[in-house]
Amino acid sequence: MPPHPATDDPAFAQRLRDLTRLRRVRDRIDREYAEPLDVEALARGEHMSAGHLSRQFRQTYGESPYAYLMTRRIERAMALLRRGDLNVTDVCFAVGCQSLGTFTTRFTELVGEPPGAYRARHAPDTAEPPPCLTKQATRPIRNREARTGRPPLP
Amino acid sequence: MTITIHYAFLPHTDADAALAFYRDTLGFELRNDVGYQDMRWLTVGPPNQPETGIVLHPPAADPGITDDERRTILELIAKGSYGALTLATDDLDGLFDRLQAGGADVVQEPTEQPYGVRDCAFRDPTGNLIRINERR
Repeated sequence: MPPHPATDDPAFAQRLRDLTRLRRVRDRIDREYAEPLDVEALARGEHMSAGHLSRQFRQTYGESPYAYLMTRRIERAMALLRRGDLNVTDVCFAVGCQSLGTFTTRFTELVGEPPGAYRARHAPDTAEPPPCLTKQATRPIRNREARTGRPPLP
Repeated sequence: MTITIHYAFLPHTDADAALAFYRDTLGFELRNDVGYQDMRWLTVGPPNQPETGIVLHPPAADPGITDDERRTILELIAKGSYGALTLATDDLDGLFDRLQAGGADVVQEPTEQPYGVRDCAFRDPTGNLIRINERR
């Protein structure tokens, strides 16, 4: 690359290396979310402290690595629950959650109803919409928890 | 009248690393290699699809881009939020094994997606997200 103030600045070059490390952490969450991963393990993998990783990750991606990991797990859990052949406990462990309580709480926060109710409402015998619509409509909401309460009556 | 996709563009931050990934690991052919000053533009593509190519280009080389914009683009590339490409193959597991054995960064192992696709994902050496769908 030609000489350039942006890339010749050692501090900026270091910033790009730091961002690349955060990308590797996020990719590892995407790759290994079903393993018993936690933020300490993710930080160790890149020789960072858990606190430093959490702060940097949140600054860069707008949410903490823990939130990103749990969103990834809940997203997969929704897909598995819609299949109808797995119960909530099976799905909880299949997506890497160690605690049914934490899984249920986080699922309810993100989706707006508990996993059991979600599973019951998405019985596999209902007609499937086109896959592209399913992908859009079933995405969990990042950075914005779904309301868990009943919407007010008009 | 028909329209085809002729060139699409992805940034690279290291021409040799990009060439090693796209040509040597993925099996694309190198169709053009153009240099200007210290910059290189590499045109690559699958041998079975001669009319569609990907131009791997130095990022933010457009003289109309300001220093601040250039920094932002380089940051987005580094954090993995810039370039993306989806390929398709009839042998997803074979290609996955080949790329993994070639040292490519795995983002997702072959997975059946709820929206009706089976796919896997890698990062190219620059940080572009390369998804691969199974053709079926």
